[in-house]
Amino acid sequence: MATGIETNSTVISLNEVGVCYINPGERIRSIKEYTIRFLQRRIEKKKFWALRDINLEVKAGEMFGLIGQNGAGKSTLVKLVARVLQPTLGRVIVRGNVAPLLEFGAGFHPELTGRENIYLNGALLGFSRKEMDLKFERIVDFAELWEFIEAPLRTYSSGMWARLGFAVATDVKPDILIVDEVFSVGDEAFQRKSAHRMQSFRELGATTIIVSHSMTTIEDMCHRVAWIHHGQLMAIGEPTKVIGLYRQSQV
Amino acid sequence: MRQASGSVPIYDSANRGLPAIEELRELFNYRELVFQTVRRNIVVRYKRSILGVAWTMLNPLGTALILTFVFSAAFGAGSNYAVYVLSGLVAWNFFAQTTNDAMLNLLWGGSLIKRIYMPKTVFGVSSTGTGLINLTLALVPLLIIMLITRVPIQVSILFLPYPILLIAMFTLGISLLISACAMFFPDIAEMYNILLTAWFYLTPVIWVEDMLPQQFAWLVKLNPMFYLINLFRVPIIEGGLPTINQILFTSGIAFFTLFAGWLFFSWKSDEFAYRV
Repeated sequence: MATGIETNSTVISLNEVGVCYINPGERIRSIKEYTIRFLQRRIEKKKFWALRDINLEVKAGEMFGLIGQNGAGKSTLVKLVARVLQPTLGRVIVRGNVAPLLEFGAGFHPELTGRENIYLNGALLGFSRKEMDLKFERIVDFAELWEFIEAPLRTYSSGMWARLGFAVATDVKPDILIVDEVFSVGDEAFQRKSAHRMQSFRELGATTIIVSHSMTTIEDMCHRVAWIHHGQLMAIGEPTKVIGLYRQSQV
Repeated sequence: MRQASGSVPIYDSANRGLPAIEELRELFNYRELVFQTVRRNIVVRYKRSILGVAWTMLNPLGTALILTFVFSAAFGAGSNYAVYVLSGLVAWNFFAQTTNDAMLNLLWGGSLIKRIYMPKTVFGVSSTGTGLINLTLALVPLLIIMLITRVPIQVSILFLPYPILLIAMFTLGISLLISACAMFFPDIAEMYNILLTAWFYLTPVIWVEDMLPQQFAWLVKLNPMFYLINLFRVPIIEGGLPTINQILFTSGIAFFTLFAGWLFFSWKSDEFAYRV
């Protein structure tokens, strides 16, 4: 599916990107509050820049890691790529389809059967009915759930639930895959199976963005790493070097 | 993000076209999601019991019977009052339930919006679709009551899809307006329920327009739901078509509301992910 993308071309580019939230502490949650504050002329818009002046390019086929403390802006950056957030400033360009950062199985409905949920989840990922008809068997094969496919999801164990979610989300190699701390799905055998699938995406040239706190994962898998601190890009480059700098700052 | 076969979709945050048109295009791309969501709503509601379907029909029927009893005993309402009140309730319930569902679905769908891209109008449009199916089911008891109370079923009833379409457009327009507001101020959800109750009693659903004292007549004239419900009732009760003026004016209300709601919603929808 990535035939249209040449290797080494830029698939993700962030140019002078900034994302500004209204500070959650100061956020006004109700009209009543808003009116009172408006009358008292106390509406302050405290701004919080989750990301600032980010310049970044990811090439096709690259495994790109994101590291940084909690709240540094990693998730915000990933949301920009997934088209969930619009940048307040700057420009984001993404070439290719992005497999979303949906936690595997989010969007499932417990009262619907496995089959119905596969179609619902597929639609959520933007696939048409025809596409889902083609994918259906492969998905159930991979999730190993043929026996239960007509049973409502509330009868599934959490492992089965996660397996189905993973199978739907990763059935076809996406151009860009976003992995946000979700490696541990199902039992050991299934984990191996899903790791294998990720590996094959990588070999097929999918660009992958990995967000993780596990430096081993990042160091093992990534070609390049970006370290984000308080919304700013501190370093970008070779994993060992960037991880080293990050570790130094933590001491 | 969908992929047209063979080509690579390019997303550029700085080059996105008009929000209202972009939203329409994306909604078309995600039409399968609308279908699947409506399907889910219906299946989940009716799966557990055949009585589920029956309740959708029995609920307005029961209310209509009680109201008929009360109103004919207390106010000496006319013989076709049961049909009058049931037709009004069917239309009103569709509007009230759909707008409320659309708002709550968007609020609850927040966790999804934060993780994955989808056109946000999916919530309002699929709520309206679900409402239309429930409305169609509720037409069955209406026909039964017409048969029982000997209100003749005329050919004019074939005109009904048009007023239903207009009510659906108006309902979607209001759904979009109200749910966009609720994203910024969640307490709107509570306020809207109070507003709906007031709106219900200010609309001639259970009472007849003629009952209203002369000095309040203007109040009804300002109420868009009055015109919409009226257009729905005329072919049922009077057995004829509404006048051209009625049709044009009511169509204008529906088109304008949907247009305004769509513009406002799509203009604001980028900010939703910042809020939820």
